[in-house]
Amino acid sequence: MLMRTDPMTADMPSVASDKIRPAVQLDGVTKRFGDSVALHEAWLKIRPSEFMTLLGPSGCGKTTLLNLIAGFLEADNGEIFIEGALVTETPAHMREIGIVFQNYALFPHMSVAKNVAYGLTTRGVEKKEIARRVEEALALVKLSGFADRKPRQLSGGQQQRVALARALVIKPKVLLLDEPFSALDKNLRGSMQVELKQIQRELGVTTIFVTHDQGEALSMSDRIAVMSAGRIRQIAAPDDIYRRPADRFVASFVGDASVLNGRLVARRGDVAVVSIGDMSVNVPATPTAGVAIGDAVDVFVRPEHLAVTPRGASGSLPGTVTAQVFQGGHVDLYIDAPGSARERILLRSPGIAALSSCPVGAEIGLTIGSDDIVAFPPGEAP
Amino acid sequence: MKRSPATLALRWSGRVLVAVILLFVLLPGVVVAISAFNDRAILQFPPQSWSLRWFWRAFSYADFAKGFWNGLTVTVWASSIAVVVGSAFAFAIHRYKFALRDFLEGILLSPLIIPHYTVGLGILILASQTGIGRGFPLVIFAHVVMVLPFVMRSTYISLENLDTRLELAASSLGATPLRILFTVTIPLLIPGLLSGWLFAAILSFNEFTATLFVSSQATQTLPVAMYNYVREFADPTLAALSVIYIVVTATLLTIANSFLGLGKILNVDAH
Repeated sequence: MLMRTDPMTADMPSVASDKIRPAVQLDGVTKRFGDSVALHEAWLKIRPSEFMTLLGPSGCGKTTLLNLIAGFLEADNGEIFIEGALVTETPAHMREIGIVFQNYALFPHMSVAKNVAYGLTTRGVEKKEIARRVEEALALVKLSGFADRKPRQLSGGQQQRVALARALVIKPKVLLLDEPFSALDKNLRGSMQVELKQIQRELGVTTIFVTHDQGEALSMSDRIAVMSAGRIRQIAAPDDIYRRPADRFVASFVGDASVLNGRLVARRGDVAVVSIGDMSVNVPATPTAGVAIGDAVDVFVRPEHLAVTPRGASGSLPGTVTAQVFQGGHVDLYIDAPGSARERILLRSPGIAALSSCPVGAEIGLTIGSDDIVAFPPGEAP
Repeated sequence: MKRSPATLALRWSGRVLVAVILLFVLLPGVVVAISAFNDRAILQFPPQSWSLRWFWRAFSYADFAKGFWNGLTVTVWASSIAVVVGSAFAFAIHRYKFALRDFLEGILLSPLIIPHYTVGLGILILASQTGIGRGFPLVIFAHVVMVLPFVMRSTYISLENLDTRLELAASSLGATPLRILFTVTIPLLIPGLLSGWLFAAILSFNEFTATLFVSSQATQTLPVAMYNYVREFADPTLAALSVIYIVVTATLLTIANSFLGLGKILNVDAH
């Protein structure tokens, strides 16, 4: 409930933002399948040309939300607007939306050119014009020589490009991408992400991207809507999502985080002061608004926000190194600190110095070297 | 690695078993095929002297020729009607949930349970009650009833294998439901429809029991003509005809198989 309106208004930065007509707008959209609520009162405004990612684990409702926007599903409650027009009841074929599916869904009985031309044929575009635009679209995705091939003669990456060309050639009002990279191998995935982002920026097409991969979400999006259990938990720019997660779910789903035992000691306006052992840190006050002064809170720290100091240094937490994982550019240290954390703490030390200075079994001190710390009311596993 | 005697014995007994089963399955066909080449005008195995003259008689006997063309007429009409009607029902059952869906499905699949002579007798009684003559429409109707379940099954399985995202993609590209049906759904179902048609055609062309009830002298199909022939003559003509039958059917099935795995249509339970 907390997240329903807060993030929306909070992150609309420019003064004129309310005057910009959203490319896509969802007003309290709910979708049920039988007794289960797949999507609970989704409120969302997507700006023109924005790259918006719906991020969440499987079953969180992100694909349902996408299908509702595409018109493949009908909302039980709420309204959907595309470029200001009410489309809640508009059938899919009249919404002018481009979509790329996870398995690409190319028509197997048609050539690449026929696939790309399909959306133009249905619109009654002139033959010459179709040929010109198909060629243009294939050039855009770097598949100019492939017009006469059948989909099965193409690699996964090429099929995806065809699917993208087919979706873009109709100049859609919104481009929907349903986990388009999950069927590609890792190397190809990286280069396709860069390319897709480039094309999207070039054309300025409003894009909604569905993924469960937080790396993809953080690297490609203008904004991310993090979802879980049918609800939108937070809508914000990637760095805000990472640095200022709105709740425990977002904090633990996006990026790595360790939970330290803290105690709320004071509140000063927007800032709350939390003590962890001998240390005290400032955190945003909103998430712990319901906690009384002196009560316990869970403090979420990113692995790169922690640093190693000699054991006993003032304001440090005592801990013991239990594992060391060399990652090339950095070293991950797993630290037991029974006094200050219920579970093992992950610390990311840049470079390779920690390999020799913090062997397994070493007794060390921990300090927090960042202001980007958040605290939430205590709870079970996120 | 050395195999134990027990393993070896098992291997060989397995092979023998397969050979015996194959022999039993093929035996009638083989006996009939060999009898067809007998020179004498009796059904005898093995023949004492050899000839091809019964093949000639099979081709030249007027009732057989007429029965063949009658059968072909009935088969083409019945299979084509069954493909259109059966596919429509399969589509409805697969895509829509409606009140009598399970009931309709049961009715349409019931000819698998109801024996062919019941179908024939039932239609014959209806025809005589309503005064409908025993013309081609009646025979074709009986055949449609009998092959419909197979065609439905074939279409249903093709629909199961069809990725609905293709239709969603088409609709996002601006295609109306009708346009999707004709540009995406039906083209992708064609292998299934063709196999269903061919399977129906083979069943219909070979159907004897129900046809015996509903056909007349003017509309009798080849199997009925053969039955009438064997009541008068006991020469190897029918054996020769059987050989022709088997060769033609096997050829058609081979063609069907190359279109779409026939096994899919014959033995897959749709539910």
